[in-house]
Amino acid sequence: MTLIRDIGRFLLMLKGMFSRPENGKMYWKEFMHQCSEIGIGALGIVAIISVFIGAVSTIQTAYQLVSPLIPPSTIAQIVRDTVILEFAPTLVCIVLAGVTGSRIASELGNMRVSEQIDALEIMGINTKAYLIMPKIAAALLMIPLLVVIAMVLGIWGGRLAGSMAGILSHDTYDKGLLEGFQAYNVIFALIKSYVFAFIIASIPTFYGYYVTGGALEIGRASTKAVVVSCILVLFADYVLSALLL
Amino acid sequence: MIEVKNIKKSFGDRIVIDDISATMKPGQCNLIIGASGSGKTVLMKCMVGLFFPDSGEILYQDRDFVNMNNEDRKEIRKEIGMLFQGSALFDSQTVEQNVMFPLDMFTKDNYATKLKRVNEVLARVNLVDANKKFPSELSGGMKKRVALARAVVLNPKYLFCDEPNSGLDPLTSLVIDKLIQEITVEFNITTVINTHDMNSVMEIGNYIVYMHKGHKEWEGSNKEIIFSKNQRLNDFIFASEFLKDAKEMRMLEETGKIPNDRNMDDMMK
Repeated sequence: MTLIRDIGRFLLMLKGMFSRPENGKMYWKEFMHQCSEIGIGALGIVAIISVFIGAVSTIQTAYQLVSPLIPPSTIAQIVRDTVILEFAPTLVCIVLAGVTGSRIASELGNMRVSEQIDALEIMGINTKAYLIMPKIAAALLMIPLLVVIAMVLGIWGGRLAGSMAGILSHDTYDKGLLEGFQAYNVIFALIKSYVFAFIIASIPTFYGYYVTGGALEIGRASTKAVVVSCILVLFADYVLSALLL
Repeated sequence: MIEVKNIKKSFGDRIVIDDISATMKPGQCNLIIGASGSGKTVLMKCMVGLFFPDSGEILYQDRDFVNMNNEDRKEIRKEIGMLFQGSALFDSQTVEQNVMFPLDMFTKDNYATKLKRVNEVLARVNLVDANKKFPSELSGGMKKRVALARAVVLNPKYLFCDEPNSGLDPLTSLVIDKLIQEITVEFNITTVINTHDMNSVMEIGNYIVYMHKGHKEWEGSNKEIIFSKNQRLNDFIFASEFLKDAKEMRMLEETGKIPNDRNMDDMMK
């Protein structure tokens, strides 16, 4: 029953976001602020994770490909496809669910508990539109961009680790990257990142916006938001892979 | 003027407000008083539209707030200012940005005009040189004054104050009370204050509604309250021996048996 009620409230929350803005300029300002928080705020952690994922993928792939019949450039192919198809969109979004999701849930939860949301409502502002819509829109814009950056940095990290560990030269790696490249993989990764972005932004806003109680409940809502977002990201990953690949 | 007619509100099986009616007049401080859990906050939240009553009417100048559509309700909300118990200032914004927020959202004035208005209201609540401070750098009394400035920056017709004195020392409470009273009279605002601060009741209560367990138990002015024979009201207001003595003294003042030479301005110096 709780699940059905929550789904209903979630859909009503999304419906409530769509109304004429009281002041377009203020909404734009909030949207840009969220773009900065979600995009620039998470860029550092995304960059670090991506480089290391690429590097580790190269070393571990090389460790497993022991046959002399397989050319070393295959390592680059495997790293490229793994990073583009899975690591960049899914792993980065799991991390973003923690970083961005907990921030969104705790920010809205704090605003709810300290009556800031009530204050906005009483001013005549549609708080769902003003507080939730810019977060979701910013996530839909910034998270796919972060995923693209993660792809590039992941592949670059693999290249760096390959040469540093003496596994394969830059030229061999670059040659491998171009072999059998399918543009659809990038499109598939972007489709995934849009779906994940929606999950990462909307689930924490739901838990944060409807929090009741005090500081303890804000922490609980934040944790629950991250857990549910991660599960939904993994579930969506499976469904999209089954449908689109 | 705000008219509350036969408001009922319950949460599940628990009736929180049972058939409350009252008329809040402009230019005066209308107080809702009662013990914790008596339903005064729920009544105020129904009046501002944060809760919807199960039945009854809330009329803002004969406009039915409960049964109107969302767009019309938003228009009335633009005429409302509210001072929250915890001030409800936006943590990430400075004092200036907090007070300017309603102007940013609802006016097309340029920055200089908005800043002038912000400085006016901040000066009106006796808060100068605090524009660039964040809420975390302010004392409780200063936060209340910023919140009051934000509540009145758009010249509201209706001002709601939810326990404006909670967490404040007696002297600061007096300052806040006096400010609310002055602003109410100056701008002819219909002010509704939710409080259990007896000092506020006696000093600024032009019209008082006493609530007990969701019912309206008594209504009248601060002049009438000391002569009330309502036992529950007397038990609530004059709970301590000190307050009983104060009541005796006020009764003697009101009947002219001793002179009333108290001056709030002198007390606050």
